[in-house]
Amino acid sequence: MYYFDPHIHMVSRTTDDYEQLAKMGCVGVSEPAFWAGFDRGSVDSFRDYFRQLTDFEKRRAQQYGIRHFTWLCINAKEAENVHLSRDVIAMIPEFLDQPTVLGIGEIGLNKNTPNESIIFLEHVDLAVQHDQSILIHTPHLEDKFQGTMMILDMLCDDSRLDRNRVLVDHVEEHTVRHVIEEGFWAGMTLYPVSKCTPQRAVDIIEMYGPDRLLVNSAGDWGPSKPTAVPDFILEMRRRGHSESLIRRIVYDNPIEFFSPSRNFQFQAPDALEEIIRT
Amino acid sequence: MTAKRLAPTGRREGRSMLATPMAAQAVLDREFLELRAKLLELAASFDRLDRGGGISPDDRRLQLVRLGLKVLLDETGDRAEQIQLIFSRPYDDDWQKEFGLMPPTSEPAPVQE
Repeated sequence: MYYFDPHIHMVSRTTDDYEQLAKMGCVGVSEPAFWAGFDRGSVDSFRDYFRQLTDFEKRRAQQYGIRHFTWLCINAKEAENVHLSRDVIAMIPEFLDQPTVLGIGEIGLNKNTPNESIIFLEHVDLAVQHDQSILIHTPHLEDKFQGTMMILDMLCDDSRLDRNRVLVDHVEEHTVRHVIEEGFWAGMTLYPVSKCTPQRAVDIIEMYGPDRLLVNSAGDWGPSKPTAVPDFILEMRRRGHSESLIRRIVYDNPIEFFSPSRNFQFQAPDALEEIIRT
Repeated sequence: MTAKRLAPTGRREGRSMLATPMAAQAVLDREFLELRAKLLELAASFDRLDRGGGISPDDRRLQLVRLGLKVLLDETGDRAEQIQLIFSRPYDDDWQKEFGLMPPTSEPAPVQE
């Protein structure tokens, strides 16, 4: 089965991982901008990072038949440096016309602080001003519920937003309902220990249905598994769910969410085969 | 500003939007050994804590674990959501006022240096 991983940090992964993803049916990834593991010191660091995301990764993925898309921002972990954050936000429009940029992300909260909230709102404003979709990180562990509710408060206060173009990621059992009921997309991250397991993600699909739900690996430089989406597919099959339902979650839904982004151009592999045959 | 969402009550009957979740008997057949293994892991962790001299009853983390264990024995649904909420910081829907944040059309909030 073909699938998309809508949230994976491939700059942190090896080329072998691209090969493994391709072998398992991955035909596309979307990579939000992320924290490097240390706080960067200048806007030029981010400019180089965005070049890597929009150029180098695209070419590395292409070697394995995988389409690479990306999202740009300064991560919430670096938002306490408000001046640098504002410099980065001012620089982002330089890249918004690059052909694989889907929007602004992953913005969000980390420790739910005032400065993180200010920079979150300024990113949202940037997205609205430039007609961009938004991908949102929600905090980890004990901060997740509070942070997710704060994010929803800020989003719901902004009447300019098209909620079909906003993905609130890393939802779990205590946050998914709030996100879905407000009309946003919700992403489940399959991550060892600190987020969702494939089994719990399937439970959530069984409880809430497939509408506006995505699954991703969020594979990065920490303990994570870039092939976690196939684990989810296997768990769905083991429980007897239909191939059409599985395909909807891992392939159709990501395409539906990405489609309003003006840079999202994607030719399904099946359609390509058809073109070659004719 | 929009009306705030209410915090969840954490008490809803187990439900399914899909018509075909696995039957309970099939779930138990498949997961019995896994459940047994998880219980053993918990038991061994508690034994390890005891052998190490025990933990003060005032330790917040262990109090949370004990609350979580009570939820497991609950006969109502949504145990996973309840346990998530036990391990979550509380949400105060007045947070924007406390932070001095205004709706998007207002002046930007002062930065905290």
